[in-house]
Amino acid sequence: MKRNYVSTGVRKKDAMSLVTGKPVYTGDLVPANALRVKLLRSPHARAYIRSIDTSKAKLVPGVVCVLTWEDAPNSRFTTAGQTWPEPSPYDRLILDRQLRCCGDPVAIVAAETEQAATQALRMIQVDYEVQTPLLDFTKAKDNPIVVHPEENFRALCDVGTDANRNLVSYDSFTVGNLDEEFSKCDVVLERTYNTLANSQAMMEPFCTYSYYDEYGRLTVVSSTQVPFHARRILSNALEIPKGNIRIIKPRIGGGFGAKQSVVSEIFPALVTKLTGRAAYLCYTRQESMTNGSPRHQMQMQVKIGATRDGMIRAIDLYALSNAGAYGDHGPTTIGLVGHKSLSLYGSLKASRFTCEVVYTNTMGGGAYRGYGATQGIFAVESAVNEIAAELGIDPTVIREKNMVKEGQIMPAYYGETCNSCTLDACMAAAKEHMNWDEKYPRRVLPNGHIRSVGVAIAMQGSGISAVDTASVEIRLNDGGFYTLLVGCTDMGTGCDTILAQMAADCLDCDIDDISVRGVDTDQSPYDTGSYASSTTYVTGGAVMKTCAELREKILAEGARILGVDPAQAEFDGQKVFVPGTDKSITRAELGWASYEGHSKLLTACQSHSSPVSPPPFMVGMAEIDLDPETGHVEVVDYVAEVDCGTVINTNLARVQTEGGIVQGIGMALFENVQYNEAGKLLNDSFLQYKIPTRLEAGTIRVNFHPSYEPTGPFGAKSIGELVINTPSPAIADAIRNATGLSFRNLPIRAEDIALAIERQKHD
Amino acid sequence: MQLTLTLNGVRCTDEVQADTTLFTYLREKGCLSVKCGCETSNCGLCTVWLDEKPVLSCSVPALRADGKKVTTLEGLQDEAAEFGAYLADEGAEQCGYCSPGFIMNVLAMSRELTHPTEQEIQEYLAGNLCRCSGYQGQLRAIRKFLAAKGGCV
Repeated sequence: MKRNYVSTGVRKKDAMSLVTGKPVYTGDLVPANALRVKLLRSPHARAYIRSIDTSKAKLVPGVVCVLTWEDAPNSRFTTAGQTWPEPSPYDRLILDRQLRCCGDPVAIVAAETEQAATQALRMIQVDYEVQTPLLDFTKAKDNPIVVHPEENFRALCDVGTDANRNLVSYDSFTVGNLDEEFSKCDVVLERTYNTLANSQAMMEPFCTYSYYDEYGRLTVVSSTQVPFHARRILSNALEIPKGNIRIIKPRIGGGFGAKQSVVSEIFPALVTKLTGRAAYLCYTRQESMTNGSPRHQMQMQVKIGATRDGMIRAIDLYALSNAGAYGDHGPTTIGLVGHKSLSLYGSLKASRFTCEVVYTNTMGGGAYRGYGATQGIFAVESAVNEIAAELGIDPTVIREKNMVKEGQIMPAYYGETCNSCTLDACMAAAKEHMNWDEKYPRRVLPNGHIRSVGVAIAMQGSGISAVDTASVEIRLNDGGFYTLLVGCTDMGTGCDTILAQMAADCLDCDIDDISVRGVDTDQSPYDTGSYASSTTYVTGGAVMKTCAELREKILAEGARILGVDPAQAEFDGQKVFVPGTDKSITRAELGWASYEGHSKLLTACQSHSSPVSPPPFMVGMAEIDLDPETGHVEVVDYVAEVDCGTVINTNLARVQTEGGIVQGIGMALFENVQYNEAGKLLNDSFLQYKIPTRLEAGTIRVNFHPSYEPTGPFGAKSIGELVINTPSPAIADAIRNATGLSFRNLPIRAEDIALAIERQKHD
Repeated sequence: MQLTLTLNGVRCTDEVQADTTLFTYLREKGCLSVKCGCETSNCGLCTVWLDEKPVLSCSVPALRADGKKVTTLEGLQDEAAEFGAYLADEGAEQCGYCSPGFIMNVLAMSRELTHPTEQEIQEYLAGNLCRCSGYQGQLRAIRKFLAAKGGCV
């Protein structure tokens, strides 16, 4: 197949409207008469509402309703945007009398103006029975405080849930004989690593408005990654049939997984259901941080064994995940901790992964780019770096000896075969580009600062195997242009454009001949949504199939009009013709023909799901400048060598990589999540929760080493999540190479480093 | 209270509350390019020009603009498209939510600084957060834009 667009840096189809500030986001489209919705949130981490007096609040001029637990449906649901039956337990109500974390919604106010809604919030009087919260997730299992004692709690899937023990889920798998392999090792290390509940901090907060349309159906316009799941979740939560709900996704101001949960949608939707009025809710930044859907806080214990020659034989990994107050994405994120870290090492003779996810009275977790793989890779890659140091082996060399290679079976990755992998080329290139052999491990600058380097490798998946489903529809229209209808959600990553690139090459046409439209659940074909790094790989697969079907239909219809057998005719993208004759009909004519008098709309719709989830791979190397006086670390250079299969859009893949790495730098060094003794989150604004500015980003150099994934569209795999996984372990490695000290808790703050250096001097 | 200002070249007189921010006023006037990403003056999304100087409209009372000239991206469409094309050619606009505030500041910088160094660029724009791009593509776009305008770095 000719590639005019695939593997080029085509400009995003929506780029110019975005850069000229056109009103294309949810908050720009709100109907003028929409009620403003505000939430009264719990000041307590655990409390029971004895009573609420809303009478004064209702007297505030402009207030239309004040809703409490008594007004909300009593069906428990999950806000996790996952394919039904969701592995996440049904543990939520829209408004619950029992409050389980600071910020849990206590009341919903809807008013004609924001000022009136804000004023009414202050007039609500709540009598709380304040209870002792369970805040330490390492003590949550079998704690006398039970976070979810309610009778109508429900787990749809068998994931080891036991609410009475605060267990969201439990899982374990073993490959090979662990004891035997550890006994053959010369060095065995046991280490514990900790990561925090990072905030995605997408620039557009959670934002939704809702209204009843002319058919009396509830229409919800929202910044969501999962429109079709949102339809089902709202149906569950509001107790109304799915058929009465329509979800529309405009442009999204970033998601990173945050919007794979239905966070803001349920509140205006309930207001619209009860009042019949249009209703609008946009979370504040503070709300987005205290009650969004952050990364799961985890503690991971790694036991790793290797022989003296640097062969890693066995890893035993235990992960404990803090779901917080609600189990959204809890049972599934934890799986990636093991599957996507242990599978990096093809040399392993034995491995075990055991995991538990527990409830506490901290903010509920969700999906965040990397989805557990980030945490697992931090732990395992750090352990590999530590054992390399213990053995006196260069960390790049130990990886060259052990890392997974193309053709190997990955027992910890569902037994899938690694069909495409250029990790070896990525490592060689990284060493060259970083000038690793010269820079490793450290050198001291004249100003006393230490320059050092660190390394990590990473993988992810491409969609959820045998679960994620994508459908697309392509129509040939009058005049010959195509409409590409997609159900996946472009959240800025550019999937609308990427899929159009694929379609243009499949249909041999100009990319401007393809109009893309998504997502409106009434009109778009079903797609599970944009998460799990699925869109290029899974939805791209649907584009390939659909284009093939449409080409056949165009050929058949062209041949019929020309009065020949389709076997005699050809379609070159512009016309159907009979070679060696002057018989031909253009695509534009066929488009007209399909509209006028032929009663045959030329359209195709195909679905795609993949039985496998081929991993993209990468090598990340960080060069840091560390000031031993202050502990300040600056990432001065980052080299990323990436195998995402065929690169569909060279610009967008590069920017994804650069963005993921900077997000990862924030996780490694700055993004702290602290609670006070009462369980209130302290880092609830950009003042306290420091995401990297351009001054902290350093230089990032990205190169691609495409393998060819046989099951992917044009040989492509995924890119979006992979790229956040290397900074934490690579930077931690660089810090150890600078100081000789291992830091196993994220973020690694300047003060942690300075104090550890001080202690080292005294020891 | 009465507020009179020139918004994107058009003289406007409106009644506003004393505590109305310039951000809220501008959104109500239909300048929807102006976005809010935080409540703490950290993100730069709401950047507009007050008498040609970039300000965070979320932190400026609307009445402070009385008698002044306010410019949003709606009033700079040609320039936005000119620089925006460089950003688009890098794919660095990504979700685009931070783009208007960022571009307002880039355009202010290109007027204020002649031949800025890379460090000056990064410092000038340090208050414009972006969570998607990792800033690298933005810098590539700025370099190409300034080079084309003769203010090369």
